Amino acid sequence: MNAPVEPRIWNTRAAQRAQRLERVAADLGPALRGKQVASEQAVALLNAALNPFDRVCLEGNNQKQADFLARALVQADVQRVHDLHMVQSVLALPEHLDVFENGIASKLDFSFSGPQGARLAQLVAQGGVQIGAIHTYLELFARYFIDLTPQVALIAAHSADAQGNLFTGPNTEDTPAIVEATAFSGGLVIAQVNEIVDSLPRIDVPAGWVDYVVLAPTPNVIEPLFTRDPAQISEIQVLMAMMAIKGIYAEYGVQRLNHGIGFDTAAIELLLPTYGEALGLRGKICSHWALNPHPALIPAIEAGWVQSIHSFGSELGMEDYVRARSDVFFTGADGSLRSHRAFCQAAGHYACDLFIGSTLQIDLAGNSSTATLGRIAGFGGAPNMGADARGRRHTSPAWLKAGREARAGLRGARGTPRGQKLVVQMVETFREHMQPAFVETLDAWQLAEQAHMKLPPIMIYGDDVTHILTEEGIANLLLCRTDEEREQAIRGVAGYTAVGLARDRRMVENLRDRGVIRRPADIGIDVRDATRNLLAARSMRDLVRASGGLYQPPKKFRNW
Amino acid sequence: MTGMESLVYEFAGTRCVAAFAPVLVGVVGSGNLEVLVEPAAAAISRYSVETSARGFGAIWEAVLRDFHERHHFNGLSVSINDMGATPAVVSLRLDQAAAGLKEATP
Amino acid sequence: MSTSFAECSARERVARLLDRESFEEWLPPSARVMSPHLAQLGVPSAFDDGVVIGRGRLAGRAVFIAAQEGEFMGGGVGEVHGAKLVGLMQRALRDRPAAVLLLAESGGVRLHEANAGLIAVSEVMRALLDVRAAGIPVVVLIGGANGCFGGMGIVARCADRVVMSDNGRLAMSGPEVIEASHGVEEFDSRDRALVWRTTGGKHRFLSGDCDVLVDDDVQAFRDAAIDAIGHANALTLDGLEREHALLAARLRDAPEGADAVALWRQLGIRDAERVPDLDAAEVRALVAN
Repeated sequence: MNAPVEPRIWNTRAAQRAQRLERVAADLGPALRGKQVASEQAVALLNAALNPFDRVCLEGNNQKQADFLARALVQADVQRVHDLHMVQSVLALPEHLDVFENGIASKLDFSFSGPQGARLAQLVAQGGVQIGAIHTYLELFARYFIDLTPQVALIAAHSADAQGNLFTGPNTEDTPAIVEATAFSGGLVIAQVNEIVDSLPRIDVPAGWVDYVVLAPTPNVIEPLFTRDPAQISEIQVLMAMMAIKGIYAEYGVQRLNHGIGFDTAAIELLLPTYGEALGLRGKICSHWALNPHPALIPAIEAGWVQSIHSFGSELGMEDYVRARSDVFFTGADGSLRSHRAFCQAAGHYACDLFIGSTLQIDLAGNSSTATLGRIAGFGGAPNMGADARGRRHTSPAWLKAGREARAGLRGARGTPRGQKLVVQMVETFREHMQPAFVETLDAWQLAEQAHMKLPPIMIYGDDVTHILTEEGIANLLLCRTDEEREQAIRGVAGYTAVGLARDRRMVENLRDRGVIRRPADIGIDVRDATRNLLAARSMRDLVRASGGLYQPPKKFRNW
Repeated sequence: MTGMESLVYEFAGTRCVAAFAPVLVGVVGSGNLEVLVEPAAAAISRYSVETSARGFGAIWEAVLRDFHERHHFNGLSVSINDMGATPAVVSLRLDQAAAGLKEATP
Repeated sequence: MSTSFAECSARERVARLLDRESFEEWLPPSARVMSPHLAQLGVPSAFDDGVVIGRGRLAGRAVFIAAQEGEFMGGGVGEVHGAKLVGLMQRALRDRPAAVLLLAESGGVRLHEANAGLIAVSEVMRALLDVRAAGIPVVVLIGGANGCFGGMGIVARCADRVVMSDNGRLAMSGPEVIEASHGVEEFDSRDRALVWRTTGGKHRFLSGDCDVLVDDDVQAFRDAAIDAIGHANALTLDGLEREHALLAARLRDAPEGADAVALWRQLGIRDAERVPDLDAAEVRALVAN
């Protein structure tokens, strides 16, 4: 006889959602007006809206933070709200880890934890947090739609209107990805806003996707992470930037690219209107960018180098400049920037031909890592930028040339003609305190052991790296055919580090003859020309002048 | 243990340099160095280094030897005051000094 | 094409400020007149102890010049450094150049040298006042990234004329010292806009502590130096008493909150809050009438 089959209930999501909404209405009573919740009721709201073991996305972006909601979450009643599974891009605020220490949260999936990396490592060692996995940004967004869908999203927007429409403005960043996944799976979207206005400049999130709006007592935190003072760019960085422009960008005809964060790339941006111009490269390289509004790119934009920029987020102080350059940046009908991390990451993957960025360590296979002992920092977006996008099909000259170099002489599956993304790791052979950038074994291996990771946290895999650029020259790994050649090519640009000093001199000479290694002289660069005078702007003030006064650097960058 | 480290290296060269006025490049600042090049009445080139970054003698020797092999000068006295410059900066300053030298040589 | 004064090293400033190739250096690096104190502290010395001194020509006129290297020990004055400055000024009494130019970039006394540094700075002050008393104009040019602070700030105000660029700074106590002593509410040293409002060239010019305001441009500094030749400003009892009265009034009338913008308004400057964004020519125009 068959056991009676219970009819499956198919509306648990909707039922749960209704339950949460009822609880909030009951707990807050008249303090809930439409969707608006007074800031004093934020903790009560969370106590009512959340269930234990919920998957919660607390908007911790690279730049923008839902800091008021984070503080409220820390104060939640742990009897009602506990063992949450936090899914968020970035652990930036102390509150992001406080929730684990007081039992409100117990599991974590994230992407980047720069400022909290050391504390996170301690917490892991003490067993205070169970990490599911460390992702890249785009990877985490993707899982929001598969197996890490948030049940509650705590987001930050700039303003709301009475209905609950939201304006996220220049720092839209991750919000669309978070809201899309949450709102369309029966989840709750709770937004903190800086102000409530009669009419929004534009609607970035429609009210129908938003459940509650809380007016925060202070504007949400945003960090100016991408501003680099030209006064701090060194001659060595100028030299490496010259090599990047002449030895790679010009060689491959790189029109579409992404720059990783740092002074090295800022030097490249500032050399385009001067060194790049002298080489006759305007219009031939660097026309389309996946990039935040870097102040260092202002001179190149003004000199007519740039056709378009799509941004992951905004940059404090650049708002008016962006508004005045709507021909170049993505802006709404209201005139302000619209950024979008998910799409910009996708653009970096598929629509850019080159990524260039710095790193902390490179091993003999070309694997690079920013992992250091005692810190769990994660990945952020770099692996999406610095990887060959195997799903790509459209061609470009740069992509085809790199692909030919990689596959020349190969047969079978490995030799099937296809293009390849240029992935350049640019690094001085020695970092501060004479720490070598080139090592036999990455610290990542030891960190993996310490933190019980299944894989060493490698930022960019060696077989995705196409070029390594140091003050000593450029190693073109596309032209290497054996592990031994690759190793010597890397040693050949590793300077006076132990790795560099252990080079096989004859092999390195041979690699140089073949053009696998190119020294500055081989590229037609005299190192003595690498002076700061080549920079189109040498101070923050020069950048302000170049922008015609539109760029307003945050206070900590002013010196006049 | 505090204190400066003093290093001296001598290499034989082949290109003799006629008398020249002393050449100074660089500034002693953090991560930087100054290089003073003077004529010496000897068939070798002598490099003396005063540095606050102790324990990098092997790297100094490699860098100075490579510089010497780039130019092969004789009759040089090269004096360096260093405050933790990386080999990249050291090589750059040496090459800048050598360029200043060529101009001084008739 | 302009050359940034701030970007240049001390030697480059001397070479570019004076008439081409007219500079003759005294106690050059090859003389190795160096600090007797630093090595035992494990700190590297400089061949010129961080200051270049000598004579040259400015628009054809004979001048003496000293330039402090801000990158070495923050331009701090040590025993030998100070003695070079003193020796230069004592020689000026004998040779009577048309002017003594002091390109100041310094944090003040080089603390590593303790009392020797303190004594050196006070001897520099005495020597400068002697030169001034002899009717030879002493012109201090301030435009380096490190500014002119501490004992050198006092030295600068002993001169006949002070020339500053708007990214130059002149004060006694450094911003970090003020914050450490009086707290971040009193002075937030990381608020660089505040630091420059309080100690920068524009503020010093508007409040009368600096005579000439120029752009961060070597040519502009050169022109200001040329202009100063022949304009010795004798120190008289009347002059000192006027200065005392001015300072007393400034203290008495200091605006509430003591922010520079409030002071500029009090001085009758229109649109005072815009001053930080103006360039040197625009600021000069504010007081030209």
